[in-house]
Amino acid sequence: MHSFGYRANALLTFSLTILAFMCAIASLSDSLNSPSPSAQVQVLNINWFQKQPNGNDEVSMTLNISADLQSLFTWNTKQVFVYLAAEYDTPKNSLNQISLWDGIIPSKEHAKFLIHTSNKYRFIDQGTNLRGKEFNLTLHWHVMPKTGKMLADKIVMPGYRLPVEYR
Amino acid sequence: MGWVSDTVDSIKSIKVREVLHQLIVLGMIVTTALIIWKGLMCITGTESPVVVVLSGSMEPGFQRGDILFLTMSKDPIRSGDIVVFNIDGRDIPIVHRVIKVHEREDTEDKYYLTKGDNNPMDDRVLYNHGQNWLEKKHIMGRAVGFVPYAGWATIIMSEKPIIKYVLVGALGLLVLTTKE
Repeated sequence: MHSFGYRANALLTFSLTILAFMCAIASLSDSLNSPSPSAQVQVLNINWFQKQPNGNDEVSMTLNISADLQSLFTWNTKQVFVYLAAEYDTPKNSLNQISLWDGIIPSKEHAKFLIHTSNKYRFIDQGTNLRGKEFNLTLHWHVMPKTGKMLADKIVMPGYRLPVEYR
Repeated sequence: MGWVSDTVDSIKSIKVREVLHQLIVLGMIVTTALIIWKGLMCITGTESPVVVVLSGSMEPGFQRGDILFLTMSKDPIRSGDIVVFNIDGRDIPIVHRVIKVHEREDTEDKYYLTKGDNNPMDDRVLYNHGQNWLEKKHIMGRAVGFVPYAGWATIIMSEKPIIKYVLVGALGLLVLTTKE
């Protein structure tokens, strides 16, 4: 009954149970946090706007992104992944969603930022529908925990209308 | 002499009973594990509800050896979601983030482009030659939860199979030889 094997087994099972319980509690504690993030995005300039040789529209733009995501961080937060997505519909596609920029925020100290950048990922349409097209800009974030459930939310921002002519 | 043979018989029958009991216990353990796995499959709607991260392409979010919980709900996949996908003709599933989504109005086909957080380029280089988009059929699930390090045992066992056999053998022996 009281062999080494039994004791080792009991100890291992108990410590794993405690560990799993603590992980669950840590993940649950995230829901006690009610964050109040804020963000602003401006399209400063259309750098160029043209039709690719294969017939798809592509646009390059300069963006000003400022956000304060400090309140998203809790003790169970490993990092926050933040990205800016453009959304629009076309006659052929009911939804087009394109990431324009993303970033990893490793800690609370870096969660208040202002970035001046051109789009990190190419803004290419499936077709030639971008002239005069209005799209929505949304700042999304994924809170990646040290352990447990991943949380996601977003702020919808004023959209932008692309120019009517290529340039 | 009848007394002796009766005793021998009773001892023999006890042994058979014990062995049978141990076998049933073993069977219960195996079937319980199977029930839990299949139950998770039903609840989450994906073929593999739990996956182990094998590469560092999503660092620092996910590291090698971390465990992800997947679901395949009716919610549509949107850019920013972390999905697990399988390229045609390849065995190893990949965990990456969706950066572009296009959904067709008429056919309801969906096209996704993915990228690893730690990779400089998007995944077109990983896809098969000439493949520009992932489609619905490639997606195995979407990551919703995360436990660090818990998958290391799986990685070690799949890379050094000998450890797996030794472990399974030792456990089997333990279960079969343990007395009450």
